[in-house]
Amino acid sequence: MSIFQLSITELAQGLRDGEFSSVELTKNYLERIKQHPELNCFVTLTEDHALSAANLADQRLANGTAEILTGIPIAQKDIFCTLGVKTTCGSKMLDNFIAPYNATVVEKLNASGAVMLGKLNMDEFAMGSSNENSYYGPVKNPWNTQTVPGGSSGGSAAAVAARLIVATTGTDTGGSIRQPAAFCGITGLKPTYGRVSRYGMIAYASSLDQGGPMARSAEDAAILLQSMAGFDPKDSTSANTPVPDYRADLNKPLDGLKIGLPKEFFTADLNSDIAATLEKAINEFTKLGATITDVSMPNLQMAIPAYYIIAPAECSANLSRFDGVRYGYRCANPANLADLYTRSRGEAFGTEVKRRILIGTYALSAGYYDAYYLKAQKVRRLISDDFKKALAEVDVLMGPVTPSTAFDLNEKSNDPIQMYLSDIYTIAINLAGVPAMSIPAGFVDNMPVGLQIIGNFFAEDRLLNIAHQFQQVTDWHQRTPKGFE
Amino acid sequence: MEYSTEQDWEIVIGLEIHTQLATQSKIFSGASTQYGAEPNTQACAVDLGLPGVLPVLNEEAVSMAIKFGLAIDAEIAPYSVFARKNYFYPDLPKGYQISQMDLPIVGKGHLDIDVDGVTKRVGITRAHLEEDAGKSLHEDFHGLTGIDLNRAGTPLLEIVSEPDMRSAKEAVAYMRKIHELVRYLGISDGNMQEGSFRCDANVSVRPKGQQEFGTRTEIKNINSFRFIEKAINFEVERHIEIIEGGGRIVQETRLYDADKDQTRSMRSKEEANDYRYFPDPDLLPVLIDSELLASIKANLPELPTAKKQRFKDQYLLDDESATILTSSRDLADYFETVVAKSGAEAKLCANWVTGEVIAALNKNGIEITEAPISPDRLGGLLLRINDNTISGKIAKQVFETMWQEPGGADEIIASKGLQQITDTGAIEAIIDQIIADNPDQVAQYRSGKDKVFSFFVGQAMKQTQGKASPAEVNKMLKAKLQ
Repeated sequence: MSIFQLSITELAQGLRDGEFSSVELTKNYLERIKQHPELNCFVTLTEDHALSAANLADQRLANGTAEILTGIPIAQKDIFCTLGVKTTCGSKMLDNFIAPYNATVVEKLNASGAVMLGKLNMDEFAMGSSNENSYYGPVKNPWNTQTVPGGSSGGSAAAVAARLIVATTGTDTGGSIRQPAAFCGITGLKPTYGRVSRYGMIAYASSLDQGGPMARSAEDAAILLQSMAGFDPKDSTSANTPVPDYRADLNKPLDGLKIGLPKEFFTADLNSDIAATLEKAINEFTKLGATITDVSMPNLQMAIPAYYIIAPAECSANLSRFDGVRYGYRCANPANLADLYTRSRGEAFGTEVKRRILIGTYALSAGYYDAYYLKAQKVRRLISDDFKKALAEVDVLMGPVTPSTAFDLNEKSNDPIQMYLSDIYTIAINLAGVPAMSIPAGFVDNMPVGLQIIGNFFAEDRLLNIAHQFQQVTDWHQRTPKGFE
Repeated sequence: MEYSTEQDWEIVIGLEIHTQLATQSKIFSGASTQYGAEPNTQACAVDLGLPGVLPVLNEEAVSMAIKFGLAIDAEIAPYSVFARKNYFYPDLPKGYQISQMDLPIVGKGHLDIDVDGVTKRVGITRAHLEEDAGKSLHEDFHGLTGIDLNRAGTPLLEIVSEPDMRSAKEAVAYMRKIHELVRYLGISDGNMQEGSFRCDANVSVRPKGQQEFGTRTEIKNINSFRFIEKAINFEVERHIEIIEGGGRIVQETRLYDADKDQTRSMRSKEEANDYRYFPDPDLLPVLIDSELLASIKANLPELPTAKKQRFKDQYLLDDESATILTSSRDLADYFETVVAKSGAEAKLCANWVTGEVIAALNKNGIEITEAPISPDRLGGLLLRINDNTISGKIAKQVFETMWQEPGGADEIIASKGLQQITDTGAIEAIIDQIIADNPDQVAQYRSGKDKVFSFFVGQAMKQTQGKASPAEVNKMLKAKLQ
């Protein structure tokens, strides 16, 4: 089998058995990335950094200090700040920005010995569902390059699907890990809010943003999450709860697992072929010993409107620091201070970013705050209560990740509402703060379909166990797009 | 002219005082808060507002805010929230200031001030924590503005009073009292020149007897007691003049120009920013439990009012001396060390500290903490007055020497031969000689002119170069002139 099909565990074994070195593995992957510029997955390739990290990894492998990720090629979404390496966040605003620090996630993965090959393309400031909002151009879906890979972690998903990299990091504010994972047929996990540090992860909507792993299998995702998760004193919102061993329970049988199906997820809005695919997938779980019950979460329908108040409100403040004064893009020859601000921001932010800043600024303005922001916070509470209630009755919830398979490039880019609706099944989870996964569950018209598994707070280990068991009896996650085998 | 009309008007003043908290590091980062460093050397990634960085609350700032709240009998919020105040300015790196809006850490409290012998209670609406901005430097660069972010992120406590003050004098008394309090509590150095303590004044006037407030103007960023009084007085006169001339006050923010001694318009209400406050999602709500409150309460220093009362009770000082000595914690500590060291009567120590010491400080323009005579040394000097080694007059000479030179009082007394003449025989001989040399004065005294007595004392002190004990001289003269 090609090394590009090997899992992290298999690669770790190969490294230990001396079948290949990390340097060789790294060179092979770098070569493969360069062979596929058409996908546009990477904003920056960090070859020198990667080779020296691979060298170090080989030393650790030789002297017995290697961990499971030591020597494994990974890549970071370009939202995570990397010391000495450009971090663009997909924006012209940060085209010249080099952070003097590593994000905590980067720091942790570096410490584990994982070898970073580069920074991955994404929707500008993580705002988008198609990766068409990147200053560096759209990413193509390897299953069909006429379609989008999803967003905002489009580069992360497409690179894993095309086997350009073993695993990647992503971030998920309203579905930005799960939706591209579904569109590209890979496994993505959005952890509980607070499980993974946000330090050095450029903020879009601080109360919703959460980093997580994107990989080919639940097992690989578990390995990556193990390294990413944990309390960080530099992030006040990170959770000071112990991190379990995410691989310990992967093989636990699913006997007695109680699965809830929110009826609000299975309505006419859901493409019927996807519904049928999901039904088959869920059926696999009953074969594995799970029981299925219907649950109702009446407030889910308000998730999108609430999200499109809260996220823009937070982003309108979060993006104020990009003012052309200290770093980032500055317009040429500003006439005065107002001109410096308006032209620097006007010239460097893309349309969707501007739209959300405007929405958020409006929603927070005097006279509108109560009607919009406060109301949205109340709705958020109701949605969160819906999840708490449902997850008190069942172990996990299952449903679709997206209402359709990957749509065509340019299909929705001029219709923001249609674009927003593509996150209809993922957004509520961020509002509630609970963890959720997207796993490959089948195909419709040769395009991958994702199954969403939603768990209780800090039940990432349970989600990974369920996903892993499913992946033991199915091979959807092994399928590789044509031309990338 | 103003005075004839001012009697018909009531002045209403509320103050917002910003005091920098004396924490080691900034309120949301680990950078130092030391004043006066090279520009931008004390600003870390968090202070610079770099992408992806996050604020982490400095617990010391919270403790300091609680101390203040306890000292003004305020409710300390068990649950308070940081909010973002959004506006663009080059010295505000994030494009928002982290402050508190709806749920401040310190709620309603009060403070008593004394003006012209009358005690008045001023309500304090709230006090909240926030971060300071950096500084824009317009002077040093031609056609450019320099930004120094050393100050960005320095913790501030904003103390908002009720509109309870009725004169500039009351406003100054309140500001002084707050200044004294924060320094007592050790939560701020109160250094006004360095901007550690500054004030915005909201001023309005209304016809006497009217219930509703007049339209107010806000005078921004005043950092001296003198200026606040002048700025308010100017503003009050301006308001009265406008209203009496048939005009209306425009609600606006104004700046005080100390050189011209006048205020000028900065921005009107219409131009005011919509700050779009909302809870900062990067910070958790601040939870304060009764245990933390109790432990901070237990460690509160003695506050000015209590200390003043104690000084009156324990040292039997009059109100004026007690007021002066408790005007700062450092001065009070100095006084108490002197008392302990000298073993002398507290009254004597109080007279020396409020007299000689303060005069010398004022003359040299220095603070009590910088006094070249430590309280231990002064105690050593007063000890020698107390045990009659030297007279008070000689002690003043010794004090002056001590102010200039090192060395204890005893060394100086010994080296200059300033000990009191305790040999009564020697004093007696001198007095006998004086009586013999001045028969006219003796006759006058004996005929009832008591005033002449001081002549004999003066002669005796002169001939002993002040080293005779005045008490001894008095006693002996009285006996011999009978």
